[in-house]
Parts: sequence; C-alpha cells; structure tokens
Amino acid sequence: MLEGLLFIIMGLITIVCALCVVFQKNPIYSAIFLIQTMVSLAVLYVLLHAQFIAAIQVMVYAGAIMVLFVFVIMLLDLSKTDVEAGRDNLLFQKPSAVILGFILVVMIGIVTLKTVFQGTKGEYTPESISQIGNTQLVGKMLFTKYVFPFEIASILLFAAIIGAIVLAKKQIIEDKKV
Amino acid sequence: MLNAIIYALLSAIKISIVVGILLGTIAYLIWVERKVMAHMQVRLGPMRVGWHGLLQPIADGIKLIFKEDIIPSQASKVVFVLAPVIATVPALISIAVIPFGNTISIAGISIDMVITDVNIGILYILAVTSVGVYGIILGGWSSNNKYSLLGALRSSAQMISYELSLGLSLIGVIMISESLSLVDIVNSQAKCWFVILQPLGFLIYAISAIAETNRCPFDLPEAETELVAGFHTEYSSMKFALFFMAEYANIITVSAVAVTFFFGGWRGPFLPPVVWFLIKMALCIFFFVWLRSTYPRFRYDQLMKFGWKILLPAALANILITGLVMVML
Repeated sequence: MLEGLLFIIMGLITIVCALCVVFQKNPIYSAIFLIQTMVSLAVLYVLLHAQFIAAIQVMVYAGAIMVLFVFVIMLLDLSKTDVEAGRDNLLFQKPSAVILGFILVVMIGIVTLKTVFQGTKGEYTPESISQIGNTQLVGKMLFTKYVFPFEIASILLFAAIIGAIVLAKKQIIEDKKV
Repeated sequence: MLNAIIYALLSAIKISIVVGILLGTIAYLIWVERKVMAHMQVRLGPMRVGWHGLLQPIADGIKLIFKEDIIPSQASKVVFVLAPVIATVPALISIAVIPFGNTISIAGISIDMVITDVNIGILYILAVTSVGVYGIILGGWSSNNKYSLLGALRSSAQMISYELSLGLSLIGVIMISESLSLVDIVNSQAKCWFVILQPLGFLIYAISAIAETNRCPFDLPEAETELVAGFHTEYSSMKFALFFMAEYANIITVSAVAVTFFFGGWRGPFLPPVVWFLIKMALCIFFFVWLRSTYPRFRYDQLMKFGWKILLPAALANILITGLVMVML
C-alpha cells in the first residue's frame, strides 16, 4: 500500500523532471533536471526490489555520465547567438523525434500489454530474488543466459572508445602541424 | 504492528545518535586539524577560546551564522543556494550502511549496530558519494567567477578519474568476502585483516580516497595559490560552512570505509567494539591531517597522469592477481 503510493509519487516526480529537461532554455538547468530524473528512476528501481540496478543507475548515469555532460556544457559556454543559430539547422529533428517517439510508445505499449495486463508471472519473483541475492542473480544471468548480448555490448563500447580516440587524435595532429 | 513500531523507533534513535555524533565530530575535526597541524609546524594553534581552544568550533560556528550572506549579482541564484546542500547531504547520508559494532541485546530486543544493512552496501556508498561531486561543480559554475569555474572543472575531472580506481581497489576485498554488505565484510575479517591480504588494494584505496575528498596533496580544486579558493571563492556565511562540513564528512566516510574494508571494522580484543571502531577511525583521520602538513600539492598534469597511467592499471592488476590466487588455492 505505502509502496504503491510512493511509486506513484516518484513516478510523477520523474515525469515532471523529464518534461523540465525538454522545456528548459538553459542547457545547464536541463542537465540538472536530467540528473534528478536519473535519481528518481533509481528510487523507482528500489521500489521494484532491484537495489543493484538502482545503485548502478545512480553511480553510472547520475554520477559519471551526467558529470561529463555538465563538464562539456560548461566548457562549451554557448552564447545566445550560437543557440539561435543552431536552432535553424536542425529542422529534420522535430519530425524524426515525433516518429521515433511514436515507435517507442508503441513498443512500450506492446510489452506492457503482453506482460502486465495478462498477469504472467516470471521465474524470478521478489521473494526468490531476495533469497538468492540481487547482485548475485544479476551477475549469474549476465554470465550465463545473457552472455552473448553482454559481450556484444562490450564490443559496442570498445568501438565507441576507439572512435573517441580517433577524433581526439586528429585534433592533436592538426594542432602540432600549426 | 508492535514490532513495526519498535523497529521504526529504534531506527529513529540510531539515526539521531549517529548523525549527532557525526556533526559533533565534524565540528571538532576542524579543531583537531588546526591543533595537530600547528604542533607539527611548532606553533600552538587556537589557544584563546576555552582550554587549549576547545571551544573554538562553537565560536567559529556562531561567527559563521552571524556573517553576512553574500550572493553575487550575476550568479544563478537557485543553483548557487542549492550547491552547498547537494554537497553536504550525500556526505552525511553515506554513513548509513557502516557497521560500528556487534549486535547487542537490550531488554530482549537485539539491536544491530548499523543503521541499515542493505545487501548492496558498498555500492550504496559509492553511488551516494558520486552524487556529491555536483555540489562542487554547480557551486563553481553558478558563482559566475572564473576561478570558481576553473576549480569546479578541475575537481570534476579529478573526481571522475579517481572514482574509478577507488571502486576497483575495493573489488579485491569483495571477491574474497563474496559479499557487498559491509556487515558480511567485517564478519569475514574475523581471522585476518584484509590489509594483509590486499596490501596493493589498500594502497590504491588510500591514494584515491585522498583524491576523492580533495585533500592535500590532491587539493587542486581549491589551490589557493592559483585559484584564490577554487570552487567556493564566492561563498560566505553558512553556505561556506556547509562546503567545509561536506569535506570533513567525506573524510569521516572514507576513513570508516577504510576501517571496515581493510582494518577489520569493529573487531578487536578487550575494548568494546564501538570503541575499537572509533580508535581505528581516529587513526585514519590523523593520517589525513599528517599528509596535509607534510606534502606539497601535485601539478595538474601530474595528477591526471598518475590517476590514469599508474593507479588504474595497478587497480586492474590487483583484481587479476586476486582472481588468479583465489583460483589457484
């Protein structure tokens, strides 16, 4: 009962923060609201008995990735003319955002209809998870059943790191020539 | 129903005692630091207020409350006010999972000497403290001052870099004790402290913990010779005090984690567990002050090179060696 009430309140806070991310003019404020969104999501995970995921959510998203976001926004220091000049060039953004958003909503809708409303119960109920231990179960799953997607994700991250190095290296070589 | 009420009451009592002690310790840590550093530099330190300056923290607190609270006219006000709070709150709540004694029983009710024993223990501490960095970044940015911004940028880069080694240095201990809960980690040190099994892990933890708390020789975010006072240049009155509280609360937290992970937590002969815990923690905190009065500050490029090229590979090697030894034995 209390948990359900908390869940609804936290869900509302998350949605309001997410909307604020989009509607804020100043990019720093957007970033601050995005941090708040991440932290509220972590609270939702705790309420769903997924403490490990919640801790990782705060640590990785709120603690590491968003620090880099804020860092970059501060270094860029966009002036008002830059912001307005940038707005005109991104005409394709609005229709593509609408289409992608629609696809996402449909996907979430299908998954919700398939699981929540049919009331099928999975193998791992909160009771069985609390017996084995949250972290242990996530680890076991990642290294047995989901080992292939897990490794694919690591290759994806590796490719991103190489891409970042190539981009940065190009700049350094150009600077040396000058 | 009765059990629930007792549980809630006990939790409330435990939280108020721990937070009360924590705040008192923070106030007196400043006095301890001034005194110890003074004696190391052949001075006397605060002597005027009370016996050997014992009432100095109270005088300082009253002074800070009554000082004028200045907000720069070009600052972004909401963030400027919020930043010290964001810095302080995570620093205070991260103490919640630290066990400071064995289970005791009073009037038939057994009481765990820990506010809450969650099964992700150490991840909770790492997650909460990683949010604390926003206090510094946003404080530096919202002041609209170039020195503050430089301090904030330095500190965010430093904290991200050293957070990695900090987390990785603890994995060796977690591998041996096979649990993330701090209570289990203390229990698995009944025979042998982990500082003996994990000397490299402890060394890496100690160095990155000092960098994480922005203490000398890694106090670049507030390097006063180049950045006036770094990220809190524009802060005054209680907001300035809150940043200081956050710094000392962080020192207490990393010392408590060091004691729990490497020095057997509350375990020790003869004396009661809580006393042992406090003694070990006091020694760790003394180490921080000792370092501050001994070493000069790092240069910024040295700090980054050291963090990424030496500490991080060393932490990874420590995990590899621990794993190999555990498989072999």
